[in-house]
Amino acid sequence: MDEAKDGVYDVAVIGGGVVGCAVLRELSRYDLRLLLLERQSDLAEGVSKGNSGVIHAGFNVPSGSLKARANVEGLGLMYPLAAALGVPHRMTGKLVVALSDEGRPRLEELLAEGRRSGVPGLEIVDEAAIRRLEPLARGRWALYSARTGIVSPYELVFALAESAWRNGAEVALEAPVEAVAVEGGTFRLATPRGKFAARRVVNSAGLFADEVARLAGSADFRVYPYRGEYLITDKDGGFRLGMPVYPVPPRDDPGLGIHLTPTMEGHILLGPSAEPVAAKDDLASTREVAERLKAEAGRLVPGLERAPFIHAYTGLRPKLVPPASGGLFADFVVAESGRLPGWIDLAGIESPGLTAAPAIARMVADLIGTGMALRPKTDFEPGLPERRRFADLGDAERARLVAADADWGEMVCRCEHVPRAEVAAALRNPFGARSLDAVKRRTRCGMGRCQGGFCTPRLVDILEEEGLPPDRVTKRGGGSRLFYGRLKD
Amino acid sequence: MAETPRTSDVDVAVIGGGPAGLAAALGAKRAGAGRVLVLERDRTLGGILNQCVHDGFGLFLYKETISGPEYAERLAENALREGVAVETGAMVLDLGPDRLLRVNARGGYSLVRAGAVVLAMGCRERTRDMIGIPGTRPAGIYTAGSAQRLVNLQNLRVGNEAVILGSGDIGLIMARRLTFEGVRVKGVFEIMPWANGLERNIRQCLMDFGIPLELRTTVVEIRGRDRVESVVTAEVDDRLAPVAGTETVVPCDTLLLSVGLVPENELSKRAGVELSPLTGGAVVDETLMTSVPGVFSCGNVLHIHDVADWASFEGFAAGERAARYAAGERPAGRTVRVSAGPEVRYALPQTARAGAAGVEWSFRAVRPLRDVRVEVRGRDSGRIYARRKFGRILPSELQKIRVRAAVDEDLEVGLHD
Repeated sequence: MDEAKDGVYDVAVIGGGVVGCAVLRELSRYDLRLLLLERQSDLAEGVSKGNSGVIHAGFNVPSGSLKARANVEGLGLMYPLAAALGVPHRMTGKLVVALSDEGRPRLEELLAEGRRSGVPGLEIVDEAAIRRLEPLARGRWALYSARTGIVSPYELVFALAESAWRNGAEVALEAPVEAVAVEGGTFRLATPRGKFAARRVVNSAGLFADEVARLAGSADFRVYPYRGEYLITDKDGGFRLGMPVYPVPPRDDPGLGIHLTPTMEGHILLGPSAEPVAAKDDLASTREVAERLKAEAGRLVPGLERAPFIHAYTGLRPKLVPPASGGLFADFVVAESGRLPGWIDLAGIESPGLTAAPAIARMVADLIGTGMALRPKTDFEPGLPERRRFADLGDAERARLVAADADWGEMVCRCEHVPRAEVAAALRNPFGARSLDAVKRRTRCGMGRCQGGFCTPRLVDILEEEGLPPDRVTKRGGGSRLFYGRLKD
Repeated sequence: MAETPRTSDVDVAVIGGGPAGLAAALGAKRAGAGRVLVLERDRTLGGILNQCVHDGFGLFLYKETISGPEYAERLAENALREGVAVETGAMVLDLGPDRLLRVNARGGYSLVRAGAVVLAMGCRERTRDMIGIPGTRPAGIYTAGSAQRLVNLQNLRVGNEAVILGSGDIGLIMARRLTFEGVRVKGVFEIMPWANGLERNIRQCLMDFGIPLELRTTVVEIRGRDRVESVVTAEVDDRLAPVAGTETVVPCDTLLLSVGLVPENELSKRAGVELSPLTGGAVVDETLMTSVPGVFSCGNVLHIHDVADWASFEGFAAGERAARYAAGERPAGRTVRVSAGPEVRYALPQTARAGAAGVEWSFRAVRPLRDVRVEVRGRDSGRIYARRKFGRILPSELQKIRVRAAVDEDLEVGLHD
């Protein structure tokens, strides 16, 4: 892209995860020229896709920390935000369960910590209340958090980005920042998609925030990847979990312990493990951890270890503490660089980063507002057009949709009941879904029981009809090609 | 503008237009049913037959061996000629216990009220995560049937060097198919001590092409970031657990999974049909009726077949009974239960009306055995209702035994020395 033609952006955000997209969307309230650069072929391809999707209340982090402040503020912002953007979410409540009296003091500590941070809706409950709140769970005591909830994390990211786009922000995919130069108060960012100039830069590159910071010379922190593996149950597996169920957090665990989280669609997520790994792309799962996830899950909900599983996934936490120190606590970094005025690093945004994202976005707006006039737009549109899922509609509405557009009548995904119209909408989204995973996260095509066995061949046809030949179809961009040409001409 | 869905009435609705469903529609029509409607979610009739371009179909039904698409074409032509109504690209989204179907198609979203319903939705393939293969999640992992469709119907090269996990028939057929297309098939790995596919397929698809079949071996890890780069295989012990130290890295860019088929009973569950944990399909009586009155089941949605012809024969029978049900016939009386005895995985039908005669039971052996006889025994009396000798019996083969006499007590189908 020609820089002269593009001119200088007011703010460039590096990284299209939940934090970067929340920042972009928050800044799109103001009269600013905005750009987001994402290295992958889709948004939410990093830390934001591989987590539990829990809206945290804020009792798991030390009071007084930035993590606690951002979490509690984020909790207040998240529910109205998800509602405004039409992102599937639910305030479910949550139980942290102690199986015996031994665990009770730890629950009291969490309660006290949470109250110090101003977390609403916390109480210690007994065995009978546990069963009443969540019939699948068992335990002697539990910390019940009424305000905890669940949200589809990648759908939140997509909605944030789309909202920002509708309010004028630009997004460039497959645009990793490879070099940073500073000239007269302007940052010049070199990417394979061209060079971009911006007066302010927000580094929200997640696992790679340290490398981006090093390119700019803004700060010297280092990000350590901690791998977390998950298993997903079949919806019809016989277990309907109403709310997340956590164990008493193990003191030596760099995570919150292996827990159970319901999804909006009725699956249960088991996990995650927490294990430091050497590489920032090490997403391999292991037999040992899968067995451990099942065993721990069975302690929280008896029998769940034998549930049918349809999928497994792995995420990486971007931690700022080296494994040698146990990886236990380091606070979020949300700061303007001391060395590079106008450059803002957001680093170590691990759990509860999803919940904290809207609060972090406001903090970033405040930081930017100290050196730049932020004029609110008069035409800022907070919502998104309503998106209807065929699977959720009644007969009359379905009939009306199909009568109006036959693409609603062509079912692509038999497991999740996704019609072609929804696939087409995903392909035509502002950033253009061009991989199977991108279509999957926007439509649920391939997330069901057959795991894409039936819909992949159909999607390949549809992608071709929409202008993407099979040779260019990938699983998730880059070198993840599906095919090596045609067999015969 | 409020649009209410169009509602139509049929005597027999058949869900699925593959070898079982088309036969069921014909069976219903031939038994005198008026309006018989086949609802097929794919764009064409025939189901999985369409992607089975190899020979070997029709030996029992048509007394000659033809390809899958030819088999489908004949069956479909017969159905249309005999007055079966067909809707393709029509997916049944819901089935109520009252036999009300919700159907979506490009032509409209509609409701269908049926006098009787035949379930013939077929099966789906077991996936990577159902068997829990650890490792990375790159492109290049396909179930064998999906790969078969992509190769045979969409003309796409799915890879250059392939490993096949599981010795199910589709995997064996694909080993040969990929070899024909210049893909190097490095081996078929099977966790069990015996092959899961038909013997003729082992011979004609692997041995004839020098493709190795490694028994008691599985894939314990998938490697590669963007595309599969290799798989790690390992031998397993008697409990099927990988044996440390036996790992071998096999470079490849493609992994095909042929690790089993599962009857696709999502709709059956919505209708409240009782399912058997042994077959994954409905529990049926000797008329192939499920626990929900007026709902019948046949083909791979009922239990996994080895040969399409048998799915069709089951379809004819289910269709005929469905027509009779739609015409008002209600079988009455006490039922007897039929269970799987020694060395038998399951016996089907699982129930029968007392007094029913000439009932044929399908069954599968648990493991390969030699010089055995199958017996249908009365559980109380010990009476032997039927008996048949086998020089050799394999779990990959669906076997049948007919009881000519009327049954009037609970039965057991077992294999004995």
